[in-house]
Amino acid sequence: MLHYRTLAVAVMTTACLPVATALAQSNETIILGAAVSLTGKYTTNGEHTQRGYDLAVDKINKAGGVKVGDKTYMLEVKYYDDESTPARGAELAERLIQQDGVQFMLGPYSSGITKAVAPVTEKHKIPMVEANGASRSLFTNGWQYIFATLSTSEQYLTGALTLAAENADKLGKKPEEMTVALAFENDPFSQDVRAGVLDDMEKLGMKVVIDDQLPRELNDMAATLTKAKALKPDLLIVSGHSKGAATAVRQINEMKVNVPILAMTHCDSADVIGKFGEGAEYTLCATQWSPTLSYSDDLFGSAGDFATLFEETYGYAPPYQAAESAAAVQVFADAFTRAGELDPQKVRDALSETDMMTFYGQIKFDETGKNIAKPMALYQVLNGEYKVVSPSNFAETSAVVPRPSM
Amino acid sequence: MRNGAARLTGYLVLLAAGLAAPFLFPAYQSQMAELWLFIVFALTWDLIGGQMGYNSFGNVVFLGVGMYACALTQVGLFYDVSLYNQARGGGATIFTFDWQQYLEGLAVGLPVGAALAALTAAFLGSLVLGMRGQYFAICTLGLGIAAGEIANGWDWIGAGSGMVPPNAPDAIGNLARFYYYFAMVLAVLTFLVLRRLYATHFGLAINAIRDDEDKAESMGLRTTRIKVTAWIISAFFLGIAGGIMGNLKRFIDPVDTAFAGPTFGVWMVLMAILGGKGTLWGPVIGAIIFQVFKEVSWTYLLGWQRVALGLLIVLIVVFFPQGIMGFLRERFPARFGHRIESDSPAAVTQERAG
Amino acid sequence: MLDNLEILVQAPVITVDLVLNGLLLGAIFALAAYGMALVWGVMKIINIAQGEFVMLGGYVAIVMAGYGLHPLLAVPAAAILLFGLGWVLYYSVIFRIVDRDLFISILATFGISIVLQQLMNTVFGGDVQIADAQLGTVFLFDGFVSLAQVKLLAFALAALLGAILILFLKRSRLGQAIRATAQNARAARVLGIDTNRVYAATYGLNAALCGACGALVAMAYTIHPYIGLPYTVRSFMIVVVAGLGNIGGVIVAGLSLGAAENIAGFVFGAQYQLAFVFLLLVAVLVWRNWRLARKREYLK
Repeated sequence: MLHYRTLAVAVMTTACLPVATALAQSNETIILGAAVSLTGKYTTNGEHTQRGYDLAVDKINKAGGVKVGDKTYMLEVKYYDDESTPARGAELAERLIQQDGVQFMLGPYSSGITKAVAPVTEKHKIPMVEANGASRSLFTNGWQYIFATLSTSEQYLTGALTLAAENADKLGKKPEEMTVALAFENDPFSQDVRAGVLDDMEKLGMKVVIDDQLPRELNDMAATLTKAKALKPDLLIVSGHSKGAATAVRQINEMKVNVPILAMTHCDSADVIGKFGEGAEYTLCATQWSPTLSYSDDLFGSAGDFATLFEETYGYAPPYQAAESAAAVQVFADAFTRAGELDPQKVRDALSETDMMTFYGQIKFDETGKNIAKPMALYQVLNGEYKVVSPSNFAETSAVVPRPSM
Repeated sequence: MRNGAARLTGYLVLLAAGLAAPFLFPAYQSQMAELWLFIVFALTWDLIGGQMGYNSFGNVVFLGVGMYACALTQVGLFYDVSLYNQARGGGATIFTFDWQQYLEGLAVGLPVGAALAALTAAFLGSLVLGMRGQYFAICTLGLGIAAGEIANGWDWIGAGSGMVPPNAPDAIGNLARFYYYFAMVLAVLTFLVLRRLYATHFGLAINAIRDDEDKAESMGLRTTRIKVTAWIISAFFLGIAGGIMGNLKRFIDPVDTAFAGPTFGVWMVLMAILGGKGTLWGPVIGAIIFQVFKEVSWTYLLGWQRVALGLLIVLIVVFFPQGIMGFLRERFPARFGHRIESDSPAAVTQERAG
Repeated sequence: MLDNLEILVQAPVITVDLVLNGLLLGAIFALAAYGMALVWGVMKIINIAQGEFVMLGGYVAIVMAGYGLHPLLAVPAAAILLFGLGWVLYYSVIFRIVDRDLFISILATFGISIVLQQLMNTVFGGDVQIADAQLGTVFLFDGFVSLAQVKLLAFALAALLGAILILFLKRSRLGQAIRATAQNARAARVLGIDTNRVYAATYGLNAALCGACGALVAMAYTIHPYIGLPYTVRSFMIVVVAGLGNIGGVIVAGLSLGAAENIAGFVFGAQYQLAFVFLLLVAVLVWRNWRLARKREYLK
């Protein structure tokens, strides 16, 4: 009978161990739940996300907290580590809501994990403001409880394609004669960016000559670049988080792949300028935000002020991932105040009516929950600095197209 | 007789506890559902690795095949799959399933998943089960990763963007509880089938293969056929577990959820070893302890849980390879029906050799 | 896929580029595989932490480059440091699993590998890093074939280290002891060889070779904490094809794998490159097994 007893003991242990110290919304604090990537392949960006949240929470608390009805609350974030895997993210969301009694969620990092978390928050009718899930498919499910501060993935490289079309004559071509090579990592985010790029290309009449998908583990894209050398596309587009950006810039230089226009995502988080110096020149990079943009709010001040504060606190310039995350907390604070109480349903309704200006840009959600008020921006690496070249009302300088050949 | 009655009571008590658990601890439903699935993982792995002595790292293939086959069937019965999976490219199409469609999808999807997983096992088994020892282990490791990479490149099933199983309609109620019972029934069923199986000639045959395959063969056992059959049985249950897992997690990532070699693939081995390879209750106990350890370390060792997991693996395999059941059997041989012969540890060493 | 083949047919020079770059990549794989062939052959252990040793070697190069030292200096430095790590790991964990089931060694070293990954992630962050060796590129055939000098250098070093390793095993005292232990550990012990020390040296040597390889990877490709697995499995693959303890075979197998995989990546599309490698592994094993089975039938 011993084995039954062992089993019984084990069952009891399972049941009793972490009887959640119900972090219910006691006295003066509102707990926001978040599962971010503290380990695994998204560690760096997970950290940016967490720091963005922390900075905003800290700033709001120092400014006296959030006024809800006639009471003032402090904010606090409860974190878990999703290990950069979607399965874990969903589990932890479940745990935050069910065991820790969290009633308001902040998003994780990456589209894939957000995709896994969203059905959970939806099921429990818990509002989630996320800042790092750009995938368009997050907003085609009719979900009611997800709100995103960032521009969705299909807009990431629209600026680059438009720019290419505008400058087609400099290559001696019409826009519809331009050829494009695509190299996208095989993960939810990059594949969504690719879908958006394909849509834009169709509108502009451009032609795909290479459409390679890079495996998640690959650190060598020589095969794709060799193809690009043979087919000589006018535009080479690469997306694969920081790893893809670093690999691409390195090998394009090594192999002297002469493409007139090179566009990618995540150059700033890959620090291509620091790593490759001149090798990164003239690369076009999609960005959600830049410290040089002319947005501002009462809490952080201008975009530049946020950058300074972030750099003072953490010792490096804020990538856009941190900025959009900080903005997510501001959105929640704003919604709490407008809702006047802490009922998740009321807060959701208040969230859906959000229309506010932040240092990160205008935030206004459409009925699916995505932010439609803020455009994407496009950097170009010029003289070792990221310069905003698009959209035109924010441009610091005009883009150099085509790249001078190497 | 008394023993038999006590045994039955024991089973019934456990069963009742399992049935009541989601109501007693509603906050832990999804973890408990996962635990039942882990029990299936460990049991099915042990059938091959423990009882038959073929250490497979590739059982995740069947998990992934079951997961995708089930989700694809659930969708494919009512919508165009490629349209569904391409919805990531935008478009306003919203795919909804009413409760009849949802249940029908599951009723067809789970068996399809099981059948496809079993077929895969039949095919792969006839290919690789001729290999012995280390080569089999490595070959299955390769199969697991290759399957993930292929799924990751296959557009029709969503490629690297993964696939979202159908959203459950509200009539289903609490989804975690819904699947908790699926997982529980599956685990109990797997346990009972294997328990019955180990008592048959087939059970003896796979043990014989583990102990000495050449001898077993020379005694007239058709070893290849037996081995493939065992793998098919293992794959069948794992395929269903995959279908449930996909719906429970609600997002299928080809590499991180479906063909997750470095996590589920290794965990199933670890759970079986922790509890005791080649025993019936060992994998069950191993799964329970592992799940508790995993959940606790994720809560209290924020950011260090993977280090803890790595150390746990090293500790278990280096210092405790006989597992809990093996340890108990060594300490209390009488309780396991071994006669204790005058200070001869023969029985014990024999067990360890397995 | 067909258009890709067409490109190859129309511009055969591309094939040259793919093959040459593949060979250079293959040299790196071979370097990582030397140690696995040794450890597997001598100690009967499959070391899953192989790729993690490569990754650690890469971080040595990155740290040294961070201090302004030329990353090439990191090749010997990484080898020495990793030798120490291998030695320590042997006396803390590995010696307990030497005489055990091979499967146990797979699991135990898998455990070690995730600890190493996670520690590096904590120390250096999860981002991609590189060590810039400031070397140029060699262009042939009007620039159609491009060979990065650092990869050529890596190739030369891999060949050199392979030669040294063969000589070391043949000539040196320790090398002979290693080979003796591989043939028959008990007999070696009877003859007064301290097999424990031999094992420790073998494991340390393996780590050192991987460390050197990692420093080269940091210069020629990229490094991040989770880069290990591809190197581990390719090492497997190479050793399985070449046979245990056969350094010459490892070189040939490594080079061919590199070339084959580069061409496969071009023709089938990069997304299937890894799938190709693993299916090749399975195919090689199935083929090997089929050959063995035939041999067995003859014996009957």
